[in-house]
Amino acid sequence: MSKKLLSVPYLFWSALFIIVPLLMVFYYGLTDKSGAFTLANIAAIASPEHSKALWAAVRLSLISTVICLLLAYPLAMILCNMKVNHSSFTVVIFILPMWMNFLLRTLAWQSLLEKTGVINSILGALHLPPLQIINTSNAVILGMVYNFLPFMVLPIYNVLVKIDANITNAARDLGANEVQTFFKVILPLSVPGMISGITMVFVPALTTFVISNILGGGKILLIGNVIEQEFTQAYNWNLGSGLSIVLMLFIIFNMVITAVTDKDGEVSIL
Amino acid sequence: MKDVLVDLNNISKSFDGHLVLDELNLYVRENEFLTLLGPSGCGKTTTLRILGGFEKPDKGQVIFSGKDITNLPPNKRQLNTVFQKYALFPHMNVAENIAFGLKIKNKPKSYIDDKIKYALKLVNLDGYEKRMPDSLSGGQQQRIAIARAIVNEPKLLLLDEPLGALDLKLRQDMQYELIRLKNELGITFIYVTHDQEEALTMSDTIVVMNQGYIQQIGSPERIYNEPENAFVADFIGDSNIISSTMIEDRLVEILGARFACVDEGFGTNQPVDVVIRPEDVELVSPAEGTIQGRVTHLIFKGVHYEMEVMANGFEWLVHSTRMVTPGTEVGIKVDPFNIQIMKKPESEDEEAVGVNE
Repeated sequence: MSKKLLSVPYLFWSALFIIVPLLMVFYYGLTDKSGAFTLANIAAIASPEHSKALWAAVRLSLISTVICLLLAYPLAMILCNMKVNHSSFTVVIFILPMWMNFLLRTLAWQSLLEKTGVINSILGALHLPPLQIINTSNAVILGMVYNFLPFMVLPIYNVLVKIDANITNAARDLGANEVQTFFKVILPLSVPGMISGITMVFVPALTTFVISNILGGGKILLIGNVIEQEFTQAYNWNLGSGLSIVLMLFIIFNMVITAVTDKDGEVSIL
Repeated sequence: MKDVLVDLNNISKSFDGHLVLDELNLYVRENEFLTLLGPSGCGKTTTLRILGGFEKPDKGQVIFSGKDITNLPPNKRQLNTVFQKYALFPHMNVAENIAFGLKIKNKPKSYIDDKIKYALKLVNLDGYEKRMPDSLSGGQQQRIAIARAIVNEPKLLLLDEPLGALDLKLRQDMQYELIRLKNELGITFIYVTHDQEEALTMSDTIVVMNQGYIQQIGSPERIYNEPENAFVADFIGDSNIISSTMIEDRLVEILGARFACVDEGFGTNQPVDVVIRPEDVELVSPAEGTIQGRVTHLIFKGVHYEMEVMANGFEWLVHSTRMVTPGTEVGIKVDPFNIQIMKKPESEDEEAVGVNE
């Protein structure tokens, strides 16, 4: 009984701030302005403007996820091979930016990348051509990778660090060279970590509107921006909710696919 | 005498300035079952890792079949290791685990399939091909680990405390299993353990190690019956180690009483250490004994009784199938053949000095 009581605050919290808002989203999404049931808000995703924003978001977040994976995996391996006292220091260095506010970090990138920003001033002083990536997809990808990279590194690091040294030793002992050992043993054993890393990068990247607002300068319209604008500028809560439901279903669909692909089923949905 | 398969020459190794192996010399003959025995931190596992190629010695050479393999990576060595806690690949089933080394060597599929069948039969696990490692018991996993190693037909199999994680009964069964396997395969085994009973049961040769030095090399009988120093005597089984004086050849004074013995050449009136195994101490009537004492403790151990006898200021450990109740006055008699005389180490350090054959 007492253990059940302990969960009461959280149950209260989740009812108030998760269940109720979710129900509200479904209510608005499935009704029109007069309150009558409609699927029009859901179907609105098919309009060229909305589907373009969804695919732009999918494309950019996929590219960012792949870049994160390629950067994070070697980094996680380096962390694993470090002596304990060094590795914790490196992990702290790595996590340090995460202690600063997400918005601040993204705004910092904006002032770094601006046409007359810090990087271009330095380049100009060196008589080099200016960097012109602000307000492009590349700037948004850079922002996504920068902000979400730690979420890829940590789960991969966690699985790699748990692989018994004797398992890789056994592979070497049985005749595998270092490359074979990596592809036949280490990589397959780290799949669960990669999957949770991919989920933790892909989902927030897919739904972001802040990064595309700040670094895309309003020119890069992702599905997150469209939904945000429906709520804050067009005041069309019904359409915003409808598109949110589509995005949610899209994410759930993707997670189910990844969970099925991962035989061990050790996927952490975070 | 058979050919030497492995020769370790002057191997030294230290970790973070701490010397683990100091000028170790050891050779292993073909088809020998050699056990490295010692307490944890004695350097036995490091020796094995150097043989396997997982550590490089700071100094010295590893000669294998006449070739210097000191700088060869593990995958280029004609030997295989059975790791402590098995180290099976958790994402592969039993057949894939066993096939790992053969697939790396690009052996044909029919050859690999035959080998898997043969190896599973050899370790008494026919039909387990499709099982995943985590569905097997510890003993079964260990057999698979052995099967995975031997399908590669190594000349030498290294075993790193392979039975350490198993319970007593299973451990004893696996000991016989390993002896049978070795005889069937006709390959050389180097076995690392801290369990003296395991070493005595299985080995042709035991190498007792302590603090990076070899203390004694010999057959199990020799190691047990004629320990060369107090460390070996103490580590291999229970024993009474008593500081004594060698009066002359074949006569030793233990705790003030003179015992006949069979050792010669220690000089006259020299301080020595005497080792008497507890099962060699005979309890007789006080009149018949060489020295007299009183039984202080009695414990039933199953096969025998373990007693402690206080005699001339020393607590003698006695194993006997005959029970003597505590408080009884007894005499102690020892057959001259059962008194093992050892030279006293002159200092603490000398106790650890290498005594190679």
